[in-house]
Amino acid sequence: MSPDLVNIAYLAAASLFVLGLKGLTHPRTAVRGNRLGALGMLIAVVVTLINQQIVGYQVIIAGIVLGGLIGAIWAIKVPMTGMPEFVGLCNGFGGGASVLVAGAAFIESSLRSSGNLEMQFSAATVVSGLIGAVTFSGSLIAFGKLQGMVSEKAVRFPADHVLKALLLLGSIGVGVMVVLDPGDVNNYWYMVAVASVLGILLVIPIGGADMPVVVALLNSYSGLAAAATGFVLSNNVLIIAGTLVGASGFILTSIMCKAMNRSLSNVMFAGVGGEPPSDGPAMDDIYEGKVKSTSADEVAMLLDSARRVVFVPGYGMAVAQAQHAVRDLTNMLEERGIEVEFAIHPVAGRMPGHMNVLLAEADISYDKLKEMDDANTNFEQTDISIVIGANDVVNPLARDSSDTPLSGMPILNVDRSKTVVVIKRSLSPGFAGIPNPLFAADNCLMFFGDGKQAIQDLTTAVKEA
Amino acid sequence: MSEFVAILTIFVLAVFIGFEVITKVPPILHTPLMSGSNAISGITIIGALLSAGSQYTTLTTALGFAAVVFATINVVGGFLVTNRMLEMFKRKD
Repeated sequence: MSPDLVNIAYLAAASLFVLGLKGLTHPRTAVRGNRLGALGMLIAVVVTLINQQIVGYQVIIAGIVLGGLIGAIWAIKVPMTGMPEFVGLCNGFGGGASVLVAGAAFIESSLRSSGNLEMQFSAATVVSGLIGAVTFSGSLIAFGKLQGMVSEKAVRFPADHVLKALLLLGSIGVGVMVVLDPGDVNNYWYMVAVASVLGILLVIPIGGADMPVVVALLNSYSGLAAAATGFVLSNNVLIIAGTLVGASGFILTSIMCKAMNRSLSNVMFAGVGGEPPSDGPAMDDIYEGKVKSTSADEVAMLLDSARRVVFVPGYGMAVAQAQHAVRDLTNMLEERGIEVEFAIHPVAGRMPGHMNVLLAEADISYDKLKEMDDANTNFEQTDISIVIGANDVVNPLARDSSDTPLSGMPILNVDRSKTVVVIKRSLSPGFAGIPNPLFAADNCLMFFGDGKQAIQDLTTAVKEA
Repeated sequence: MSEFVAILTIFVLAVFIGFEVITKVPPILHTPLMSGSNAISGITIIGALLSAGSQYTTLTTALGFAAVVFATINVVGGFLVTNRMLEMFKRKD
């Protein structure tokens, strides 16, 4: 195949990636979009395989079979609640692949040219290796945090910022040496090692509830690493595909930050979610004598006369695996002519869109899932809001105060509905570590218990009422 | 135009396309967007195939092999899981 034909095939693949992502702008066209993307990938792979540069296929076949099996089994088995871990680890693999490809290309070119490499080539290799290594090790830590293998808390230690700055400067320094003396390929691996330590230290101090930002940011990095590899290989499809992913991750990162009213540097470096803040309103003052506990029967009675009910899910719903129980309750309420909707905060859960996927898995139609701005226009007309496993995203202090860690974060205004039922194990604070005055509000009832069990009890009570 | 400027041009234009297309993806599809874009970032598989297939030295072949495995997991796993998720978003009537 002539180089022109190969490049035209790559152009077709890149176009299919763009069309595929465009398909993701609506649930109706999304399945087709994803398949277009897969088709693009198939074209790119096949064209590469019939390229004359390839002399032996055994290693390639072994790699594809092994990777394909792992990927396919994992994709089929992973539960929807495990999607943050899945995406987190995949980001890491993408970064790791970029490190290895750039490294292999660098070694090969360095040997072929006996160390006389163009500066552009070595510089691209360095960028690819740096970003790839940070993505790889950072993603492993993010995965560990999501799995509970690494502390979910924001782990800080003295002078950690200084150490990170030194590691960054150090890895860039070794990178400059790679560019200046491309004959010594070992420097590349030293740089990768330093950057890997940096990746670990960058993610360790970020708390569990900030994982949506981290996973989105690492997603962006994995794309940028692929694009940098494209500069190494002078390959357009790598550049285009990598850049699309980089842009996607970047946009998601900024959406997540905006939804928490925090800057990216605050998420990355402030260590939010370590020790609870000592200042701020004391729990006892807010809760004492004002919290009303309720039961399934009482809530069922309220639901009996309700016309409009809104569920507000949070990470707790995912932990309790309560989405199917919520679907059963939703169906029962709808059978009784009650309008049911879901109000979803952008940072609810552990990755962008986490709640939507869980509810879709439970067969809840996507037109019932409302975004924050849309949902907030309707709480005044809502008879009962049922908060399940969410806390900070419904904390009125974020809206009404100016001196708490949550202040300024946009919230779901559930406190404006006629009655709020909060399903929660205890009055323990959310990730921000501050009490939630909603729990003590006049129109709020606390339904203490496990999310799934509580919803099931409620369904039984409604059935019997 | 040097080769570097040519690929830099492509990079910059891809940035604009990326922003245009992705900002239109609604929040309910953000998780499939992430897993799907993950699969697309598995495009490094192309570089991995070249390294593993050119068999220049044992080391580059081994690095290429590991890269093929990583990238294939991303590609196959990413597209399959995204498909699985998106099938659930189909409207139930």
